[in-house]
Amino acid sequence: MYQLYLVLQARALTSQTAESDAIRFLVGTQSLKFDNQIHIIDFDDENNIISKSVLQHQAGEIWHISASPADKAVLTTCYNKTSESRVVTCGAVWRMPPEWESGSHESPDDPHNSHNPQNLELLCHLDNSSHGNASCVLWEPMGDGKHVISLADNHALLWDLTESSTQATISSSATLEGKGQLKFTAGKWSPHHNCTQLATANDTAIRGWDLRTMSQIYCIENAHGQLVRDLDFNPNKQYYLASCGDDCKVKFWDVRNINEPVKTLEEHSHWWAPVLRCRHTHTHLQQRYIKPLVILPKNNDNFSQLVAHVLFR
Amino acid sequence: MYGNFSVCFSARKRRVHGMLKLYYGLNEEGKTVDQAESMNPCDINGTHFDPEVYLNKLRRECSLGELMDQESCMVKQIRSLDSDMQTLVYENYNKFISATDTIRKMKNDFKKMEDEMDCLSTNMAAITEFSAHISGTLQDQHAQITKLSGVHTLLRKLQFLFELPARLNKCLELQAYSQAVSSHRRARCVLQQYSHMPSFRGIQDDCHAIMDKLAQELRQKFRDGGSSAKDLSECVELLLQLDEPAEELCDKFLIHAQSRLEANLRGLEAETDILEFIDRGCNEFVSSLCLVIASYQELFVNRPQEGNLASKNIPHMAIGKLHAFVDAMATCYFSLVERRIQEEKSVGDNSLLVRALDRFHRRLQAVAKLLPGSAVPSQGTEIVVRAARERIQQYLAALQSFYLDSLRDVRQALAAPRLGGSSAGGELLSSLSASILNQIKSVMASVQLFTAKDITFSNKPYFKGEFCSQGVRESLVVNFIKFVCQSSRQFCESVGDRGGSTPPALLLLLSRLCLDYETSTITYILTLTDEQFLVQHRSPVTAVAALCGEAREAAQKLLNHYVKVQGLIISQMLRKSVETRDWVNTIEPRNVRAVMKRVVEDTTSIDVQVSLLYEEGTRKAHSSDSSKRTFSVYSGSRQQTRYAPSYTPSAAMDTNFLSNIHKLFSERIDIFSPVEFNKVSVVTGIIKISLKTFLECVRLRTFGRYGLQQIQVDCNYLQMYLWRFVSDENLVHFLLDEIVGSTAHRCLDPAPMEQSVIEVICERG
Repeated sequence: MYQLYLVLQARALTSQTAESDAIRFLVGTQSLKFDNQIHIIDFDDENNIISKSVLQHQAGEIWHISASPADKAVLTTCYNKTSESRVVTCGAVWRMPPEWESGSHESPDDPHNSHNPQNLELLCHLDNSSHGNASCVLWEPMGDGKHVISLADNHALLWDLTESSTQATISSSATLEGKGQLKFTAGKWSPHHNCTQLATANDTAIRGWDLRTMSQIYCIENAHGQLVRDLDFNPNKQYYLASCGDDCKVKFWDVRNINEPVKTLEEHSHWWAPVLRCRHTHTHLQQRYIKPLVILPKNNDNFSQLVAHVLFR
Repeated sequence: MYGNFSVCFSARKRRVHGMLKLYYGLNEEGKTVDQAESMNPCDINGTHFDPEVYLNKLRRECSLGELMDQESCMVKQIRSLDSDMQTLVYENYNKFISATDTIRKMKNDFKKMEDEMDCLSTNMAAITEFSAHISGTLQDQHAQITKLSGVHTLLRKLQFLFELPARLNKCLELQAYSQAVSSHRRARCVLQQYSHMPSFRGIQDDCHAIMDKLAQELRQKFRDGGSSAKDLSECVELLLQLDEPAEELCDKFLIHAQSRLEANLRGLEAETDILEFIDRGCNEFVSSLCLVIASYQELFVNRPQEGNLASKNIPHMAIGKLHAFVDAMATCYFSLVERRIQEEKSVGDNSLLVRALDRFHRRLQAVAKLLPGSAVPSQGTEIVVRAARERIQQYLAALQSFYLDSLRDVRQALAAPRLGGSSAGGELLSSLSASILNQIKSVMASVQLFTAKDITFSNKPYFKGEFCSQGVRESLVVNFIKFVCQSSRQFCESVGDRGGSTPPALLLLLSRLCLDYETSTITYILTLTDEQFLVQHRSPVTAVAALCGEAREAAQKLLNHYVKVQGLIISQMLRKSVETRDWVNTIEPRNVRAVMKRVVEDTTSIDVQVSLLYEEGTRKAHSSDSSKRTFSVYSGSRQQTRYAPSYTPSAAMDTNFLSNIHKLFSERIDIFSPVEFNKVSVVTGIIKISLKTFLECVRLRTFGRYGLQQIQVDCNYLQMYLWRFVSDENLVHFLLDEIVGSTAHRCLDPAPMEQSVIEVICERG
């Protein structure tokens, strides 16, 4: 287990799926008062060394981060834009400056090397002001980096990125309808079935969507006792899905039989944070139902640093 | 001299006298004296008397006077002796004379007799001669007579034979079958022997025809079956004598019996009441069966074997057939009985069934007596055993459904508006557990009927051993307890984890029920069972401890689930209240938000609810001013000392980290940890979950200045009221501190409210 201390709080973490050589994570920070950053964390598993680079993300505090599967320099974030009386969450596509790798790479032994972190280059906004606050942006898994889905309040929007990702247009959308103010809290784009399926979470329910028709295909009501925080697909088994919730449980589902979870893990103290799958160290997480590869407890402890428990096996 | 003579004479005479005496067997009185004196030569009566010695002795010893006296005395004696002698001689002489006369007369008579004998022998010779003569003359005629009488007999026999057909016909007409058969039997051999002669052959043919007809009629009679057992037996006997194959007769007999028995069985099917059914089965079917067995054995098995019938070994064959028949019929009957018993599903009154089974079993013993080797009684016992097993299953099902019904009632009672105040929980629990216990007891009483002393099958090994241990104890009691635990656990395992539609109060109540089971009820029930059924544990049985463990586990699970469900309800309230508000643009707080009051109210009612069923539990000592604690917006750990644009660890930061890590491990709170079986622990668990959710929701929002202040007010209010419910008030304080700290951290303009103002607002309510 490796612990990594960051000065700012963070809630967003992703693995850089397009990077095939190194094991690399992107972490987005959350701060209302200071400029936010994206931390690029490299793990050298031969030498067991963790190193970190920092990029500036001045648009706002990052609530969700996602790396393009096609271009390792491209990523999306969902961030809060705060004006005096309004807080809006937006989505945007960014490109990392090409120099970060050579210039701002730092190690813990060399703390003064990165006083001037470089800025991300904005490619385009996933402008969805008409659809509400974006909760996350998902890339098409193993795609060419041309399609993303953003979840905004009760809408799922499928975007086409054109002209080197500088233009984004909505190609189709789905809306969750029902009583009260429904809101997507998390989602995952399934890598199976030719990437035609999407799973979303709202409140305690998990829903599956067919992206070709933008219609719901299944719904696991009351998947968790409390809010579903995140979910993910098994990369090896197409019908298997893992979810975690505020009830301190991780559940594994077979979407062909949604009445009962296949397996339930229960811990008594941690709010399970997003179950993440790291493509590089492709261990058999959901397949073998062992502990998730990367567990990122939300900032549930009373100090201001992210404590990332990175479990490499 | 004379004296001498007399003496001598007297001596002789005496000798003679002695011989006579000897002859007549008389004994002299003074014999010993005589013998003693016999050698004495002076004894005048002695044998060895010596007169010289005697005289000398007298002369020597006696005086003259004495000698004179002696002499006169002796003379006197001599004289008397002399006269005696004369008399005797005379008498003897007379007797001799008369004897001589007699002999002479006899001589005379014999002579005469000799003559007569001669005459007789002459006569006899004449008679013999005559007789020989007569027999010689009669010789020829005698032979003729003998021949004639032989002819006469033969003729009579022949007449009998010739008359036989007519006689048989007549017998047939008069239905005197046995006479006919015996007549025919007598003639049969002869007819057979002389069948080469045409006349006899005719008779034989006639007889055969008649006898066939007779047999036909007998068979008809036999087949009709209306005839009495005696008739039937006669029939069979006659048919057997007529060389009818015994096997066929057996078959016919049995087929006939079968039709009657089947009619009985058909009649049975109409019966509705189990007792009547069995009664009728016993009275009609089993009785008929016994009758059939008895008469069959009378007819074919036990009858004396005679003649050629003995060689055919009929009894062996007949017994075999009988067994097959009885087995087949019993199988039909048993299948009917079993079907009927299976229909007996109502568990109200077991005694009826037990009585019915008892009768059923008892009556089958009659068959056992009649037919010793038969498998029927053991099959009957098996049916009883199966019925008992089935019954236990039914009782288990009944108990289970009773339990579920009770739960439904409890659920309704819980859902109904409280009428009699708040003590309903405890009352419901006690009434529920009492009614379950009563039901178990009544079921046990019902089941116990199977083992009652007056029931015939209760002494079978199954009912003594397995029925008690495996049946009642394991299948019924233990399974029911397991069912209670299991169904309780199922309330915790509904898919949505929201407890489905199970009201939390029911969870709590069941938890207490299971706990009570663990502490006392299980032990009580099992002890009761063991006592009532004298269970001897031959096979391994479930231990009390295992069941208790299961019950405790269920109780724990239910209580945990209760905490989760209640925590979730409050959590949802809090989460909605945080998520739906625009915290940036809220107005300055004037009072505590309604949802917080609601949270406190709900917590209070939960506290009351739990206190009805669980003990208080222990809590840490309160500080003197528990309700009044301030929350620092910038508590030490929260404080952002400076902005570090990049990761630049310093000495100050390091100590900060260390303290934080220390805090992480020392005050880590297990939010969903198992709770203990007491009120404080339960309510603490619920409050922990609620506040933790509150904290997490706050961290997802962005607050304005007044938003922060509102949270401050709310948390202060919660602190004022929640501390009393928890085991460690520091816990509440810690979590609320976290909430306010996190809110401040998520605040765009963190300007906290004055503590005094907060208190004023909170006290205003």
